[in-house]
Amino acid sequence: MQGSLSKDAIIVIIVTAILIWIMPFIISTYTLTVLIIYGMLGLSLGLIWGFGGILCFGQAAFFGLGAYTYAIAAINFGESTIPMVLAVLVPAVFAALLGAMMFYGRLTDVYLGVITLVVTLILFKFINSTAGPQYVIGNARLGGFNGIPGFQTLNIPGRPDDYIWGDSYFYVCAILLAVVFFLVSALLRSSFGRIAVGIRENETRMSLMGYDVRARKTVLFAAGAAIAGLAGALFANWGEIVTPSLFSLGQSAEIIIWCIVGGLGTRLGPIIGAAGLAYLKFLLGQQMLIDNTLITGLILVLFVLFLPKGIVPAISNMWKVSFGRRQLGRIHQQRRIRHRGRANG
Amino acid sequence: MSLNRRNFLTSTAALAGALTLPRVAMAADTIKLGSILDVSGIFDAYGKPMNMGMRLAVGEINAAGGLLGKQVEIVAYDTQSDMALYSQYGQQLTRRDKVDVVHGGILSASREAIRQTMRKTKTPYFYNVLYEGGVCDRNIFINGVTPAQQVEALVPYAMGKSGKKVYILAADYNYGQITARWIQKFVADNGGETVGVDFFPLDVSDFGSTIAKIQSVGPDLVIAPLVGGAHLSFFRQWAAAGMNTRIPLASTTLGVGNEHKVLTPEEGNGIMVAYNYSQELDTPANNAFKERWAAAYGDTNLIHEIAVSNYQGIMTWAEAVRQAGSIEREALIAALESGLSIDGPAGKVTVDPKTHHAVLDVHIMEMENQGMKVIETLPQRQPIDTQAVCDLAANPSDNTQYEIEI
Amino acid sequence: MDLTVVLLVEMLYAVASLILISAGLAVVFGMMKVINLAHGEFMMMGGYATITAVNWGVNIFVAILIIAPLVVGLIGLVVERVVIRHLYGRLVDTMLATWGLSLFFIGLATMIFGNTTTGISTPIPGFTVGTYQISGYNFFIIVVAVFLLIGMFAVLKGTRAGLIARGAMQKSDMAAALGYSPDRIYMATFFCGCALSGLAGAVLAPLVGLVPTSGGAYIAKAFITVIAGGPSLIAGLFSSAGLFGIVNQVFTFAISPVIGEVALLVAAVVLLRLLPQGITGKIFKGKL
Repeated sequence: MQGSLSKDAIIVIIVTAILIWIMPFIISTYTLTVLIIYGMLGLSLGLIWGFGGILCFGQAAFFGLGAYTYAIAAINFGESTIPMVLAVLVPAVFAALLGAMMFYGRLTDVYLGVITLVVTLILFKFINSTAGPQYVIGNARLGGFNGIPGFQTLNIPGRPDDYIWGDSYFYVCAILLAVVFFLVSALLRSSFGRIAVGIRENETRMSLMGYDVRARKTVLFAAGAAIAGLAGALFANWGEIVTPSLFSLGQSAEIIIWCIVGGLGTRLGPIIGAAGLAYLKFLLGQQMLIDNTLITGLILVLFVLFLPKGIVPAISNMWKVSFGRRQLGRIHQQRRIRHRGRANG
Repeated sequence: MSLNRRNFLTSTAALAGALTLPRVAMAADTIKLGSILDVSGIFDAYGKPMNMGMRLAVGEINAAGGLLGKQVEIVAYDTQSDMALYSQYGQQLTRRDKVDVVHGGILSASREAIRQTMRKTKTPYFYNVLYEGGVCDRNIFINGVTPAQQVEALVPYAMGKSGKKVYILAADYNYGQITARWIQKFVADNGGETVGVDFFPLDVSDFGSTIAKIQSVGPDLVIAPLVGGAHLSFFRQWAAAGMNTRIPLASTTLGVGNEHKVLTPEEGNGIMVAYNYSQELDTPANNAFKERWAAAYGDTNLIHEIAVSNYQGIMTWAEAVRQAGSIEREALIAALESGLSIDGPAGKVTVDPKTHHAVLDVHIMEMENQGMKVIETLPQRQPIDTQAVCDLAANPSDNTQYEIEI
Repeated sequence: MDLTVVLLVEMLYAVASLILISAGLAVVFGMMKVINLAHGEFMMMGGYATITAVNWGVNIFVAILIIAPLVVGLIGLVVERVVIRHLYGRLVDTMLATWGLSLFFIGLATMIFGNTTTGISTPIPGFTVGTYQISGYNFFIIVVAVFLLIGMFAVLKGTRAGLIARGAMQKSDMAAALGYSPDRIYMATFFCGCALSGLAGAVLAPLVGLVPTSGGAYIAKAFITVIAGGPSLIAGLFSSAGLFGIVNQVFTFAISPVIGEVALLVAAVVLLRLLPQGITGKIFKGKL
């Protein structure tokens, strides 16, 4: 990663401003808002998986937990500020506990994946079976399969009757994504972030160098969950209903797919993958000629065959080859890599 | 869907229509009907035939000269069984496409995802699906049967054919929970006893130990409001254990999405159900409907309860537009609240002015050779469950889904 | 007493069906390290292959035991040649590809078969234990699972092909140096894995309501069973399926089906917390 943090900040601000100005001319702000939220959710997994090497099959659990925490708290408080804070804290604490359980138990790799998967399934099954009237938190009925509709949506802090909705809500979400993106960048630039990447590359070596690998992974895991929780709360505000499908296996798998499609190990990739695929789904729904499940599947398979590293790495490669400084050695190396790729493929 | 040429052509034409019409609409003067359904994904067994029913209804309206001298134009979206897409397309229909009416939604969650948007934008909304009851909102009209309408008819009949001890197996979500409570009430009202209630998450597909448990209790009748593909396994495993000849079964859900056609005749025969519609309903209206459906889509195999509900919902709306002489919302609601009724394939459907639900015929049926043989028709059943909590005449600004106390 | 016998049979049945559901994945994921998210869809296709074959007049046992595995195996072969062979060693990409494949197969099955395909009845009648009726087909499933385990063991341990396959999975360059083509070995192993998935789908077909999206119900269970089993293929499969099947059935009968499912999941979490490499990471280490 080149350049300094302040340069990062300037780029983020400029790009965000341009996008906020241009995008509403192309896509309606209501749809844009959810694309942004999915982008944030993608980023949350991109952080812990792409940079921390933690394959989490249950990012949807934190997303759903954030959304449900917000909805339940909003019904009880009738004001949105504390619920927003809780929606970030509850998933983070939950993830810290779960992470500590896993990482201090020396779980790695697919075993970690399966634990997160199982925890998501448990949450999903629990929430799904809360249709009965006995499942109440404060004034909020959990509602089971049908979810919780009709809670207080985002308002100006301290003024419960002044709702933030429509275009203003879009601006709030866009700015929050930019802030989160900047914070993730800052985290990755810090020594904590660099050590996290080190752990991803070689865990044993980092622990022999004296770093407490388990604690660091737990913290990173919780940070990712906090971002997912925030995305969940924003999603709850956007849809004005939360349902157990937020916790579902399909949702978890989709987040993983976003990260791979966008490009793992990049900050921008998961955001672009998430927004891109969600928009694709939105466009597909306007046709009914061919089964949309089939088309989506076909696109993903073609994708993995022709753009195996994801969108962002592919574009940045192309950029480097066409416009980058013409260092002979580098281009040769890239050609070699490409040739090898072709020989294998 | 078996992919034959006729099918392909109709869907191609429909697609071409869906893609080109919005642009034409800018210039031409049409009435816009918005439709939101899961035409692909895990709920497509419900959504596809509903979509076909909708297109059939609109085609017929247009062939007869349209409404108020204008053609009805369809703006349809496929939500791909994704709840978030309901919110997105709901916004798109009301704000960009500015449709005059919306028909659609399948699961209760999908209805709740768009109901408030419809209310805020003052777009009349028709939800044409059998559901758990209790929605009270002046902007919405619902014509599916509710649990009390079905259960009130089904329980006495089924108990009469079997005995007093009833075991309930219900899907573990809102519809199942509420239906189970109604069943318990009507079992008690008819002098019976509920000897066991079990709830199953929607993805459970293994019922072996449950079947053993039922036998250890020994009921006279099992009522099973189970939902979806995984739960179909219960009926097969029940038959595999040879129980289908020992204890009679009844259900309030089997067959809504044509599930009974997945069961073989030996597995399905004799199961008792109660719905608004059956393909085997031998009335002139239904026979004519099936002919029109066959002319449009090749065969009538896919017609099911909620596809007909959707068809009847659109016909109800069309009749209201004719009577009101306008597509304006207040005039439309006034016409609907005048106790308007239509004669659909499943019989007479009357709008209940107080609840905006439907007064309709409930047919008690038994499965026979993958069909539902009509045993008895109970005409014009009131939606008594929703009527107990909802009165839009007295309280027009109500906007809640009530949980009905029993 | 009768009830005890019935419950015992149900438990054995639950274990057997978990073994069947997971066997294909154990080969494709456990041996080949391909995270096959389309595993459930391969099972679904096995079910449809059986139903189609039976409707064409084939004997039901032939359809289940021979035709379905063969058909699904061949589909798997095509998938391997077109997609998967480019992705060996790229764990992450196999996830994306197989997720895409699973959606593709669901869409394809919907277009071909629609949502209301009439299933087939079980070929074995129910029978009586004391005052209870149980499904005779349960015994068929138990027998198939037992033979499956024995067969897998015999092939992997006893035959040269099994030895070569195991060797190639561990060190493909070494196998290549000895004159075997890893490419062909991988292809054959993937075929076997898919055929096993097809067999599982076929065996369960008479007991489930088959729709194109049926596969989704199995995938999580299969992964949990395979991963909790740990590195040993057969011992792992047997021990984890045994544990989860029994836990699930006991809690289902004693409390409720929801609790049964949750108990299975909690058992998986506890197990992996205590044995972070799966059961055979510690017990039966180094066995097959």
